[in-house]
Amino acid sequence: MQHGKYRFIVGFLALPLGLYALFVVWPFIQSIYYSFTDWTGLSPEFKMVGLDNYRRMLDDEIFWKSLQHSLMFAVVLPLVTISLALFFAFMINVGGRRRKGGPVISGVRGSSFYKIVYFFPQVLSIAIVALLFAFAYNPDSGAINSFFRGIGLDGLQPLWLGDPDLALWCVMAVLVWSTVGFFVVLFSAGMASIPADLYEAALLDGAGRAATFFRITLPLLWDTVQSGWVYMGILALGAESFAVVQIMTTGPGGPDYSTTVMVLYVYQKAFRDGQAAYATTIGVALLIVTLAFAAVVMRLGRRERLEY
Amino acid sequence: MGSHTENIGSDKNGSVGVGRRDLIKRSAALGLISVPTMSFPSACASSGGGDEDKAKAGKKTAKNPLAVNETAQMEFVLFDGGFGKEYAEDAVKIYEKSFPDAKVKFSATQKIQSTLQPRFNQGTPPDLIDNSGAEQMDMGVLVGKKQLADLTPLLDAASYDDPNKKVRDTLRPGIVEMGQFDGDPVWIMYYAYTVYGVWYSQKALDSLDATYPETWDQMLAVCEKAKKKGIAGWTYAGKYPYYLPFSLYPMIGKVGGREVLDAIDNLEPNAWKHPAVKACFDAYYELFAKGYILKGTPGLDHIQSQTAWAKGKALFIPNGSWVENESANVIPADFDLAVSAPTGIDSSDKMPFGTIWASGGEPFVVPAKAKNTAGGMEQLRIMLSEASSKNFTSKVKSLTAYNGGTDGITLTPGLKSGVAALDKAGENVVNPRLQDWYVQLQKEKIGVSGLGEMMAGRLTPAEAIKKIQGYADEAAKDTSIKHYKHQ
Repeated sequence: MQHGKYRFIVGFLALPLGLYALFVVWPFIQSIYYSFTDWTGLSPEFKMVGLDNYRRMLDDEIFWKSLQHSLMFAVVLPLVTISLALFFAFMINVGGRRRKGGPVISGVRGSSFYKIVYFFPQVLSIAIVALLFAFAYNPDSGAINSFFRGIGLDGLQPLWLGDPDLALWCVMAVLVWSTVGFFVVLFSAGMASIPADLYEAALLDGAGRAATFFRITLPLLWDTVQSGWVYMGILALGAESFAVVQIMTTGPGGPDYSTTVMVLYVYQKAFRDGQAAYATTIGVALLIVTLAFAAVVMRLGRRERLEY
Repeated sequence: MGSHTENIGSDKNGSVGVGRRDLIKRSAALGLISVPTMSFPSACASSGGGDEDKAKAGKKTAKNPLAVNETAQMEFVLFDGGFGKEYAEDAVKIYEKSFPDAKVKFSATQKIQSTLQPRFNQGTPPDLIDNSGAEQMDMGVLVGKKQLADLTPLLDAASYDDPNKKVRDTLRPGIVEMGQFDGDPVWIMYYAYTVYGVWYSQKALDSLDATYPETWDQMLAVCEKAKKKGIAGWTYAGKYPYYLPFSLYPMIGKVGGREVLDAIDNLEPNAWKHPAVKACFDAYYELFAKGYILKGTPGLDHIQSQTAWAKGKALFIPNGSWVENESANVIPADFDLAVSAPTGIDSSDKMPFGTIWASGGEPFVVPAKAKNTAGGMEQLRIMLSEASSKNFTSKVKSLTAYNGGTDGITLTPGLKSGVAALDKAGENVVNPRLQDWYVQLQKEKIGVSGLGEMMAGRLTPAEAIKKIQGYADEAAKDTSIKHYKHQ
């Protein structure tokens, strides 16, 4: 049996791998190839230009700004979202006060309601979420500034998306809001599969909430957190960050390049400026950043697996 | 992305064969990585077919000056935007009547680029395209890569209404020049005609006992009057500050003369350092400094700013003639919409008050590789007739490139005022080209990072000019973009 094992596996994987090669690997190779050309994206003619696009990219101030913002997205967003999600999930599943006659561990009062509420944004398409928040951030009649006026803070009327110091944070807040629910549900599922007797033992030893979380929940949930981290980082580097920046921000990408991200720049170069080859060059840079991010997270997160 | 959840969960099941687990992990990692990076363009570009299976020319007659093949198929792709598609469908019907044996394939889409880019790359584009909207294909690149047909035969053909008049002679000022990029060939026929300027409610001005100001001192006085009543003087599309040039550029032209605008378009060194530019920037900055700009404007998009303005929160807004249609649902019935040429500095300005920016919109192109280029042009010739032009104006409240076509139809207040402003301007119509020649420079650099920052008070006029001149110099040096010059 051991003898034919790999042939057996290959037999099953041939079709999916073929599709994968055709629709994922081949476009990658094509894109890398085009990054060495001067293809405009609007005509079939192009010629090889060697490393010109790469040289240009290294001198391109906007590229560096977008790289900086993308890296910030990839670091800050997972950190904030996952911490928040862990906290919420813990409170929903474990953090509740012990009630007489109830189960050993339980969530705070009304936890099943919170679970649904947190997941709600996930149901909305990111485009709708971005539009809704664009209205909320409207400095003239938006919900946030109206609220400030309502409670008498007339002097506090920030420009939100119109302020280069705030705009990037405004965009990040939207992404956190819209994705945190998914991770709450994901981590809740993970926590539910942690055996209750571990908690019982900890409680008997007199562990408080914090100790329970850091000594039991987090280590046993580590695999899920790590995968969530990679997933969130990729989301922050890719399509979701494009959607919110494109829909919400000044310009888009502004004010004064304060919110431009790599995916947006790829899009603008390919579909606004007719410089598809240069866009694929930035795409290659994005690929490298994404691979590096995944590698770093995988390496940092490597721990011994706990079996239970 | 649903599959990742399963992969994440699967690590939980204890003892599975090591081989399988590794496989799952590896494929999960690959899958995770691949998803976002797939979004960059991966269309296959290298399938250019250069077959010359063009339609044969038909018989040239007085009714068919472009010698259209009577049986050849004609394909027309329209941008289905603010102007809708009815006007084009009506024109297609006339084509079908003229050539009953020809098949006409008409389609309307908002996704011009996604539908047509692959067809350009394959060398099989349609015969007539309205290349407009958010997905407009870059004209400079299309021209530079020789993808468009020269429309000179159309311009020199007899017009639809009068066989003794060429199409060229029936068009509004600036239309033909706008279709040129470098030299004589005309690549684009702009069908709609847009009037840019300062838009306001005549009723609001009347209630302030004011008339539209002709000098900047008067402008400041009107704004002060409005401020006392709790109305802001100005608002603009703060998130898209490239709306500001709609009144700022013609003002620069009025103050310093056409050559200043031409120098700016030509990306000449120090073009922005001209005193006229400084004077106008200072004037606009004063609006901010004196608090005449609606609070929060830098965070408003075009719709939000237009809504605030229509509600009477601000008097003036720089915009184009589409605003009447776009904001129709928020503009009150008694608003009495009007447009004026921009206010100048004073009587020492080089051009008279009334100098206005007007230019073509809705760019129609005939691809060079289209099978039936004559058919595409014939369709345009039909659309440039008086009857089709009137049909367009009455249906979508916009003027067309056809000079005239407003007699005998009721015009909306904004349109009427636009026609009056054009009459007043006469020859003094300016046509800055940055927005169609150098899109990135105009929108993102000059607009957002220059003017936007200045009007939000984060740059002084001198700093803004320095920054913008830097951007212009950069663009002039950039070898990856095509450069143009005024003829």
